[in-house]
Amino acid sequence: MDFALNDIQQMLQDSAAKFIKNDYDFETRRALTESELGYSQSNWQLFAELGWLALPFAEEFGGMGGDLSDLVVLQTELGRGLVVEPFLSTVILCGGLIQRHGSDAQKGELIEKVLAGELKLALASAEPQAQTRVEDVATTAVADGDGYLLNGHKCVVLDAHSADMLIVVARTGGVAGDRDGITLFLVDPNQAGVELFNYPTNDGGRAAEVRLNRVRVSAGALLGDKDNAFPALEATFNHAIVALSAEAVGIMDRLLEATVEYCKVRKQFDQPIGNFQVLQHRMAEMFIECQQARSMLYFGAITAAAGGEEAARAAALLKVKIGSAGRLVGQQAVQLHGGMGVTDELDVGHFFKRLTMINTLFGSQDEHLQRLVFKAQAA
Amino acid sequence: MNIDFTEQELAFREEVRAFFREELPEQVRYKIDNGLRISRDDQVAYQKALHAKGWAGVNWPVEYGGTGWSSAQKYIFFNEAAEAAAPRIIPFGLSMVAPVIYTFGSEEQKQRFLPDILASNVWWCQGYSEPNAGSDLAGLKTKAVRDGDHYIVNGTKTWTTLGHYADWIFCLVRTSDTGRKQEGISFLLIDMKTPGVTVKPIITLDGRREVNEVFFEDVRVPVENLIGEEGKGWTYAKVLLTHERTNIAGVAPSKHRLSTLRKLLDNPPAGMGNLRQNSLFMARVIQAEVELKALEFTELRVLSAVSTGKAPGPESSILKIKGTEVQQMIDELYLEVAGYYALPFVPGQYEDGYDGVRIEPHFAPDVAPHYYNNRKVTIYGGTNEIQKNIIAKAVLGL
Ligand SMILES: Cc1cc2nc3c(=O)[nH]c(=O)nc-3n(C[C@H](O)[C@H](O)[C@H](O)COP(=O)(O)OP(=O)(O)OC[C@H]3O[C@@H](n4cnc5c(N)ncnc54)[C@H](O)[C@@H]3O)c2cc1C
Ligand SMILES: Cc1cc2nc3c(=O)[nH]c(=O)nc-3n(C[C@H](O)[C@H](O)[C@H](O)COP(=O)(O)OP(=O)(O)OC[C@H]3O[C@@H](n4cnc5c(N)ncnc54)[C@H](O)[C@@H]3O)c2cc1C
Repeated sequence: MDFALNDIQQMLQDSAAKFIKNDYDFETRRALTESELGYSQSNWQLFAELGWLALPFAEEFGGMGGDLSDLVVLQTELGRGLVVEPFLSTVILCGGLIQRHGSDAQKGELIEKVLAGELKLALASAEPQAQTRVEDVATTAVADGDGYLLNGHKCVVLDAHSADMLIVVARTGGVAGDRDGITLFLVDPNQAGVELFNYPTNDGGRAAEVRLNRVRVSAGALLGDKDNAFPALEATFNHAIVALSAEAVGIMDRLLEATVEYCKVRKQFDQPIGNFQVLQHRMAEMFIECQQARSMLYFGAITAAAGGEEAARAAALLKVKIGSAGRLVGQQAVQLHGGMGVTDELDVGHFFKRLTMINTLFGSQDEHLQRLVFKAQAA
Repeated sequence: MNIDFTEQELAFREEVRAFFREELPEQVRYKIDNGLRISRDDQVAYQKALHAKGWAGVNWPVEYGGTGWSSAQKYIFFNEAAEAAAPRIIPFGLSMVAPVIYTFGSEEQKQRFLPDILASNVWWCQGYSEPNAGSDLAGLKTKAVRDGDHYIVNGTKTWTTLGHYADWIFCLVRTSDTGRKQEGISFLLIDMKTPGVTVKPIITLDGRREVNEVFFEDVRVPVENLIGEEGKGWTYAKVLLTHERTNIAGVAPSKHRLSTLRKLLDNPPAGMGNLRQNSLFMARVIQAEVELKALEFTELRVLSAVSTGKAPGPESSILKIKGTEVQQMIDELYLEVAGYYALPFVPGQYEDGYDGVRIEPHFAPDVAPHYYNNRKVTIYGGTNEIQKNIIAKAVLGL
C-alpha cells in the first residue's frame, strides 16, 4: 500500500504547479475568461508540449499511457489554478470516448491531432429532459441513404464554442431510456443544420445549446460501432467524475489555505479573527472535509480504474462526498471572508462558484444519493 | 393562544389583495418572481403607491403617518405582498433611519425628513460598515470634527447597499477618541450631493452592482444633521439594528419561494427534471418547510411581544439566524431543481429590451446568481456568528 506519488506523478505535479504559479495567477485567469475565446490558445499549445494532452491516451497512439491516478494529480493542480482551458471536454470526455469506442483508424487519426493540440472536441450528450441520465437520449439519427439525419437538442454542451468537432450522442434504435441503440457521431459544428447558442457559464467557463435540425452526416461520421456506445459513455463519465472530483479537491485545498491565511491577518475586535474559537472549529471542519474528500478521491480513482460494476458505484460514492465536502468548504470559505467573500474582486468567490457547479455537473450529490438508494432498495 | 383571523382582519386581507391586484404592474411582478432586478424608478413607484394608500409607514407610529396596524395586520400585509410578488420595501429610509429620527430626532428633524421618507421622495442608504469595522462596528474610524456650525467628515464607508441610488446616507461617525469606543460615536445624516462625497461600485458574485464604497473627503455637514446628542450614536444605532434583523429574516418571501418551488415540482416546465420522484430531495424540501413554519411562529411570538410595546430584543437574533439559514436552504433547493440549467450565465435575458436567445426553463437563469449573491444574508446585518455571540451573552448569560 502506497499513496506517495511516483516519479512521473511528481514531475506532473511540479510542472503543473509551476505553470499555475508563473502563468496563471487569478487576474490572468480573469482576463482569459473575459476574452473572446474564453481561454488561452497558447496555453493549449503549452499543454500539448508539456504532454498533458497526451496523458491518458495509450502509447500505441502516441499517448503517455497514464492511468486515472496520473490524471488525478494533474487535475488537482489545474483545480488549484481554476484553469478554464477545455481539458475536461477535449481530453477526458471526448478523448475518453475516442479511446474506448473509436475504430483503430479513428483512434490513430484523431488522437494524434488531440495530443498535438490541433483538435478540440466537445461532447454533446446532455438533453433538457435528461440532464445527467446518460441513457435518456431523445436525439435521433435516422438512416438516410448511405448516411444519417440527426435531429435533437443538446443542452449545456461544455466548450462547444471553440470545438473543431462535436461528439453527438444520438439514438439509432430503441426508445429514450434504453441502453441499447445509442450511437456516437462526429459532427462538424459549422455544418448545415447545426445551430449553436453560445454563452458563458456561471463558473467562468463556456457552453452552448446545440440544436440539430436535419443534420446530414455520412456513415464515416459514426464514431466506433453503431448502437452500442453506452458502455463507453458510462465508463467515460465515471472517469470524468473522478477527474472533476480531483479538480474539486484542488479547489477545496486552495479555499482552506486562503481562509486560514485570511483569518490570520484580518483583524476585528483588536485581534486576528482566527483567534475566535468558532472560526477555528469551522476551519478544522473544513480541513477534515478536505481530507475526507481527498481520501474518497483516491478510493474513487483506484476503483473506477478497475472498471466493471464497482466503477460506477465508486464514482457515485465519490460524487456524493465531493458534493457534501464542497458545499461545506465553499460556503464556509465565503462566510469566513465576510463581505469580501461575496465580491467579484476576490478569487475566493470564484473558487466557490466553480465548486458549486462541479456539484451539478455529471449528477449532483442528491441525484447520485437517490440512485444509490434505488439500487439498494432494488437489491 | 390562537391564530385565527377576525372578520375585520379577513376584510383587511381582501383589501390588501385588491391593492396588489390593481397597483402592482405585471412587469414588476414578473421580474420579482423571476429574481430579476427592478429599476430604481419601479421601486420608487411601488413605494409611492403604498404611500398613496397610506401603507408606507408599516411600523411607524400613527402620529407620523404610520399605519397603526396590529401585528396580525402586519403579518397579513407582508404575506400578501410576498404572495403577490411585490418588491420588498427598501428598508434604509422607511424602516431604518425613520425610527431613529422619530425616536431620537428633534422636532425640526422630524418635520424636515419624515414626510419625504414616507413618500419615498428621498432614497436613503446606510453608512455603518467600514473596511476595518465590519463585525467590530464600534471600531469605526470615519471622523467628524466640529468646525463652527459644521462637522467636517473624513473616512470611508463600505458595502453601502444601493448607495449609487441614494440621495442621503445615515452614518455612524467618530466624534471622539477618548473613553470606550462606543461612546465616541455619533449619528449623522449626510446629503450625498455634498462636495467631497464619492461613490464607487463593488461588484458582487452575481456580476451585478449592488454595493458600493463611499468616500468622504472634507465633507462639510451642518450640525443640525446630527441626531440627538454627540456620542450617543451607538445607542441609537443598536435600536435600529434590532429592527434590521427582524427585517432580514424574510419569512414571507421565503414562504412564497417555497410555494413557487412546490408548483414547479408539481408541474415541471420543459427542461426541468421530475424531482418529485427523488425522495431525498423531497425530504429536503419538507425539512425547509418545517424550519420555516417554526420560524414563522417564532416571528409571530416576537411580533406579538412587540405589539404590546416591547422593542424587539435579543430574540431578534433568532429571526436573523434562522431566517437567513432557511433562505439559503431554499436557494440550494432551486439549484437542484435547475440542474444543468443553473450553468448558463446569460445576464439580461429577461430584462427589458433583450432580443437574443432565451434559456428555458424560465426560472433557471437567476438560480445560480441568486445562490451566490445570497450568501450575503448570513454576513450582513451582523454576521450569524455575531448573532450567536449575542444569544450566548445577552440571552444565555455566558
Ligand atoms: C466514557 C468516558 C471515558 C473516559 N475515560 C478516560 C480515561 O480512560 N482516562 C482519562 O484520563 N480520562 C477519561 N475520561 C475523561 C475525559 O478525558 C474528560 O471527560 C474530558 O477530557 C473532558 O473533561 P471534563 O469531563 O472535565 O469536561 P470539561 O473539560 O469540563 O468540558 C465540558 C465541555 O466543555 C467543552 N470545553 C472544555 N474546554 C473547552 C475549550 N477550551 N474549548 C471549547 N470547548 C471546551 C468540552 O468539549 C465539553 O463539551 C473519560 C470520559 C468519559 C466520558
Ligand atoms: C451584500 C452586502 C450588503 C451590505 N450592506 C450594507 C449596508 O448597506 N450598510 C452597511 O453599513 N453595511 C453593509 N454591509 C456590511 C455588513 O454589515 C458587514 O459585511 C458585516 O458586518 C461583516 O463585516 P465584514 O464583512 O467586515 O466581516 P468581518 O467582520 O471581517 O468578519 C469575517 C468573519 O469573521 C467572523 N467574526 C468576526 N468577529 C467574530 C467574533 N467575535 N466571533 C466569531 N466570529 C467572528 C464573522 O462572522 C465572519 O465570518 C453589507 C454587506 C454585504 C455583504
